[in-house]
Amino acid sequence: MSKELIRLENCTMEFDGEVVLDNIDLYINDHEFLTLLGPSGCGKTTTLRIIGGFQTPTSGTVFFDGVGINSVPPHKRAVNTVFQKYALFPHLNVFENIAFGLRIPKTDPETGKKVKLSEGEIRERVMDMLRVVNLNGFEKRRVNQLSGGQQQRVAIARALVNRPKVLLLDEPLGALDLKLRKDMQNELKRIQQAMGITFIYVTHDQEEALSMSDTVVVMDKGRIQQIGTPEDIYNEPKNAFVADFIGESNILDGIMRADGVVEIFNRRFQCLDGGFAKDEAVDVVIRPEDVDIVPEDQGQLKGTVTNLTFKGVHYDTIVDFYGFKWLIQTTDYCPVGSRIGIKIDPDGIHVMKKSQYSGLFGDYSSYSEEYDEIGDATLELQDEAEEGERNED
Amino acid sequence: MRTKLSWLAGPYVLWMALVVIVPILLVIFYAFTTANSVELAELEGGLAGFLSMFTLENFARMGTYTVIFARSFELAAVATVVCLLIGYPLAYVMAREGPRFQRMAMVLIMLPMWVNFLLRTYAWMSILENNGILNNFFESIGLFSLLNAVFGLDIDHFSLIRTQGAVVLGMVYNYLPFMVLPVYSVIIKLDQSLLEAARDLGANTSGVFRKVIFPLSLPGVLSGVTMVFVPSVSTFAISRMMGGNTQMLLGNLIENQFLGGAYNPHLGSAIALVMMVIVVACMWVMNRFGEGEEQAVML
Repeated sequence: MSKELIRLENCTMEFDGEVVLDNIDLYINDHEFLTLLGPSGCGKTTTLRIIGGFQTPTSGTVFFDGVGINSVPPHKRAVNTVFQKYALFPHLNVFENIAFGLRIPKTDPETGKKVKLSEGEIRERVMDMLRVVNLNGFEKRRVNQLSGGQQQRVAIARALVNRPKVLLLDEPLGALDLKLRKDMQNELKRIQQAMGITFIYVTHDQEEALSMSDTVVVMDKGRIQQIGTPEDIYNEPKNAFVADFIGESNILDGIMRADGVVEIFNRRFQCLDGGFAKDEAVDVVIRPEDVDIVPEDQGQLKGTVTNLTFKGVHYDTIVDFYGFKWLIQTTDYCPVGSRIGIKIDPDGIHVMKKSQYSGLFGDYSSYSEEYDEIGDATLELQDEAEEGERNED
Repeated sequence: MRTKLSWLAGPYVLWMALVVIVPILLVIFYAFTTANSVELAELEGGLAGFLSMFTLENFARMGTYTVIFARSFELAAVATVVCLLIGYPLAYVMAREGPRFQRMAMVLIMLPMWVNFLLRTYAWMSILENNGILNNFFESIGLFSLLNAVFGLDIDHFSLIRTQGAVVLGMVYNYLPFMVLPVYSVIIKLDQSLLEAARDLGANTSGVFRKVIFPLSLPGVLSGVTMVFVPSVSTFAISRMMGGNTQMLLGNLIENQFLGGAYNPHLGSAIALVMMVIVVACMWVMNRFGEGEEQAVML
């Protein structure tokens, strides 16, 4: 296990009385690829800005290598940031953008004297970095002549050339189109492994988080909902919010009858979870791909297909069980209106404690509601207004 | 871009043609002729007469006015530099402070401009006169008696008005807002994340200013410099009121050729034309110098 590099202890952040971060505790290991994942306004960017030094927590302490750094300004921290909209200097060309940090004299920790890199050394390091981000021959270009993906890579090179211990990335791929995003995801992972440094990555894209990270931190409403490996987060979500935010989930009310036995719809199912009180009310997550469709008479539960969408690899099948609609992803074709039965293996059932999120997610009876919400301009505006307020500070 | 609405620009184009292009052509015509040559040409008639009308006589006389040219450009340059030295920090502080400070500072800067230009300048005259407010104040605190006693002088006032300093003061006072506003509007629009990026990359406060804010604010500085320098170099009111007749500038010289006793619109036009060419050349050089920055800001 590698050693701890950054620790946030009881960090709370308030803007104008509004709590944006609520008593966060988080530690980050050296060489780790850690992702802060959550919807807009969850506090993930604030957390990143606290680590970068652009914001000081209202209360709590940030430790770097065991030393409190709350009062250390950004330019004296061993971290560098890749900003959301790149923030490249428009008056400088690619070479000078990347060389920006190298041209600033650094204080030598031993002699206490300001040390300036030689022009040759700067050139060598910038050229090396251009190779790392695959932008050979671009050094003379103006940054406004570059495409989004190229600007992105200049921003990464500009941060990495300073050899930071930690690279902070604030939704760096947000402005790129899907294909380029996928390429850059691989690219970033490759760079992180090649440079052997810590990446702290902020995103609201769960797929991005799962595919790149060593550790995922799921956040909502200024709190950490779950910390774990991508597999943990997906397979063992801690509450209904995490289950819903990461992938698709059917979330049902259940009662824990005994260790390994959970009751849903008055039927008992085998599961692998335990440690709950007898007869404790719980949330049960069943992933759409963990459900097997069987003939009606062999099913643990029986229902009617109400909706069917072809997705290529599988069908999204909405099935009505006693008034509660489930999403099932299956390669079996079950026409709308047909009666089916389902079977769920014990390892397909995940039991979670009840939380403030219980009952909010995981019901597919309103399958198209999300679509309606996207089309609802008032909701969108509200979201953006909240986001905007936060960005101002 | 051609649209069906382009005819709407028609009145403006016509207006520009009438009040800008035609007068400039007239100035050029006058500059290359003299009262004499026009008269002779009329007598002679024909193409030969028409060609003989044009002469460089006016420009040949320009050497006489070298001192006035030099003084005009020098005072305008000094006023521009002073405006920059005062205006840039002011604009910078304004842009970095909160909205309340910004509003207040903006009102304070604009307030004098709501008062008539002549009135403002007369106010300065009454402050700077030999028996004006400032000298009276020095008198009342016994400054002159003190100086006379200590240095063995015999003065009863400082000569403030009718000096080059007074002319520069008048220029700075009147044109300072034209420096502050463009610089302010460029700095306020700077992307905050650029400043954060600079800090993130290790620049301290002065580094952020030198390497990011100042280079990116150059377009504002350039337009500020233009907007202060051009009216300063051609002013005649400020130099007459603040400089008396001791500090004649190009504006006064030209005015004198058109409205004054030296009536000679041909010479006046020639002087105006030379001044215009020099100003345009200055601006062109400056804009070339700042071209890269302009482009960058358009990003």
